[in-house]
Amino acid sequence: MNQPVISVEDLGKRYRIGAAVQRHERIGEAIAHAVKSPLRNLRSLRHSAGADERDMVWALKNVSFQVNQGEVLGVVGRNGAGKSTLLKILSRITEPSAGRAIMRGSVGSLLEVGTGFHPELSGRDNVYLNGAILGMDKAYIDRTFDEIIDFASIGQFIDTPVKRYSSGMKVRLAFAVAAHLQPEVLIIDEVLAVGDIGFQRKCLGKMQSVAGSGRTVLFVSHNMGAVKSLCQRCVLLEGGTLVMDGPADEVVDAYIERYEQTLRERRPVIPGDHDLGEGYELHRTDGGGETLLRCGDPLRFEFEVASPVPLAQASTGITLCTPSNEPIISMSSKVQNVASSPGPASRWRVECDLGAVPLNAGTYVARVYVGDGVRDVARFSNAFVVQVIEHDVFGWGNKLPPVRSWGAVYWAPRWSIRPSDGDDPSP
Amino acid sequence: MTALETRPSAPARLEPPLTDEVPGTDPVRETGREELILQPSGRWPTFGFGELWKARTLVRFLAWREIKIRYAQSILGAGWAILQPVLAMTIFTVIFGRLARMPSQGIPYPVFVLAALVPWTYFSSALVGAGNSLVGNPELVTKVYFPRLALPLAPIIAGLLDFCIASLLLTAVMIGYRIMPGPQIVLLLPSFLLLLVTLIGTGCWLSALNIQFRDVKHVTPFLVQLWLYASPVVYPVSLIPAARQPLYGINPLVSAIGGLRAALLGVEGPLPLTWLVSSVVASCILVSGILYFRRTERVFADVA
Repeated sequence: MNQPVISVEDLGKRYRIGAAVQRHERIGEAIAHAVKSPLRNLRSLRHSAGADERDMVWALKNVSFQVNQGEVLGVVGRNGAGKSTLLKILSRITEPSAGRAIMRGSVGSLLEVGTGFHPELSGRDNVYLNGAILGMDKAYIDRTFDEIIDFASIGQFIDTPVKRYSSGMKVRLAFAVAAHLQPEVLIIDEVLAVGDIGFQRKCLGKMQSVAGSGRTVLFVSHNMGAVKSLCQRCVLLEGGTLVMDGPADEVVDAYIERYEQTLRERRPVIPGDHDLGEGYELHRTDGGGETLLRCGDPLRFEFEVASPVPLAQASTGITLCTPSNEPIISMSSKVQNVASSPGPASRWRVECDLGAVPLNAGTYVARVYVGDGVRDVARFSNAFVVQVIEHDVFGWGNKLPPVRSWGAVYWAPRWSIRPSDGDDPSP
Repeated sequence: MTALETRPSAPARLEPPLTDEVPGTDPVRETGREELILQPSGRWPTFGFGELWKARTLVRFLAWREIKIRYAQSILGAGWAILQPVLAMTIFTVIFGRLARMPSQGIPYPVFVLAALVPWTYFSSALVGAGNSLVGNPELVTKVYFPRLALPLAPIIAGLLDFCIASLLLTAVMIGYRIMPGPQIVLLLPSFLLLLVTLIGTGCWLSALNIQFRDVKHVTPFLVQLWLYASPVVYPVSLIPAARQPLYGINPLVSAIGGLRAALLGVEGPLPLTWLVSSVVASCILVSGILYFRRTERVFADVA
């Protein structure tokens, strides 16, 4: 059987977007609008297909590709590029508006782990329920139940209501069920982004064994390391269309290049935290969005801080954290005794150059503190998100592990390893 | 191929090889490959019963989830299935039986009203459950595919347990009042079937409308209340003049609940013409409800 397992032909999906919201200057207008709106809502809700072309947006357009038996295809693209829409169509959750897709073989999709989990039910009940929702039959769940529990390391808590589980346990159990789904075609969305590091590694291993067993896998992820290591081939979506289809390494590199280009075009504003920094604003002058770099690349933060009152002088601190907010590196101009240029000013420009950073592949977030030289006046949580992808930092063709199981940073010490048999133990 | 395999050997000792932790994965079987074509669907929907039948395990699990959740962390548990109709019976007996002196076809009012309250309680709670089944489970609608009809069906099936428990109560009360069903007991099954047909049809309509127009959420309580008084629950069918009865039968619950009461208590039931009207209307509701549901289910994930 040499037919492709998935053939996507000119697939398109369009969504209706609400007409631009009208603003009302006067109360009379607003009331008139409110009275008329039920009728208009009814008209616009009636038929998405019959609605005005102006109100429609193509989330996916003219996408064609084929996937062969046993291939592991990565789908990459920025948020809103149409990745999720594509997966939803291929998993039959939503219907295409144009074109068609032919799937040959049983299809299982994991767009979320733990779909249908109910907090009041025990772990055991949820395994059965979630399994049934994913399309497993009862006999199969009975047969694999012990394996699932074992994989999740839930042990004696299996009959405890899931609401008493830690979030980690919940996710482990949910993934364990999902990992035992064995369709011929598997569609996966970002499920690796769950659990602690050890469990992530286990999931990646499971995915690799799935990929190696002749199953066809469609894999969407923002984790470029995972995409590179799991997929041979990759497609890149941009603005709903397929712009590249080729070997995973090439497509991921092209994606990073394109991504960095578009990042420079935006200038988002981040408000100060509510408890510290009400009224303060952080303006990202680097374009905003995720900062994407390879292991060992230089990292630089630059931004402007707008304060509601002029500050005589300014100090800044940056804490780089793991996604679970554990600090890894903290930097502070005050602690380094670096004074700002004198104020007063209510807009300060900050540049912080870290040079090459020895971060392992993974996602990191940066918190920014701003002080007036005496105390902190504002805090910006999640001001930056830094995505580090694996790279051959030691230059001999090796890559670091794709997950941070070795810790957050790597180091290149000077080694000395030699036989010690002939050594004279000094007295 | 992967980073994990090309890892330097010394640190690899710190972490056991991955393959030891990963449970075996069966190789893919090549047989029985089904072909599925996904494309914009035509104007006319199908019932899709075949697919629903294949998903019967899921329907069962969803119904079982409803039951488990309903009585999780409640002291009385299934006792509520008895307490609810008992409380309603008490209230209605005081208001309609004692104060309003409602005729009850020669049967003590508590038994008279309970015989209708048991099916009505099932109908109304299952209808509300079915109506909320899509809106209340957005993650099931937007994150995974299965025949969507399973969702409104689950509360309808789950409600049968409460219905059976309440029926036991009714039996006990009938024995207490020494009331025996007469030959009209043959009406029992057709009446219940009529109730079920109406329930599934209306449930499909309500759930499909609810996910598209959230106005339905506000309408449902009134609909249920209106339907209670439009059906012969607190009063007998015989209260309606015979000439008007077929018209009254447009509400299928007239024949369903009136029929159940007649079957159990041996009282006068709906006229044959009323039965006919109710059956036709109920069938229309069922067919149109399923077709409407199937026709609109393609947009559920987009509007949920």
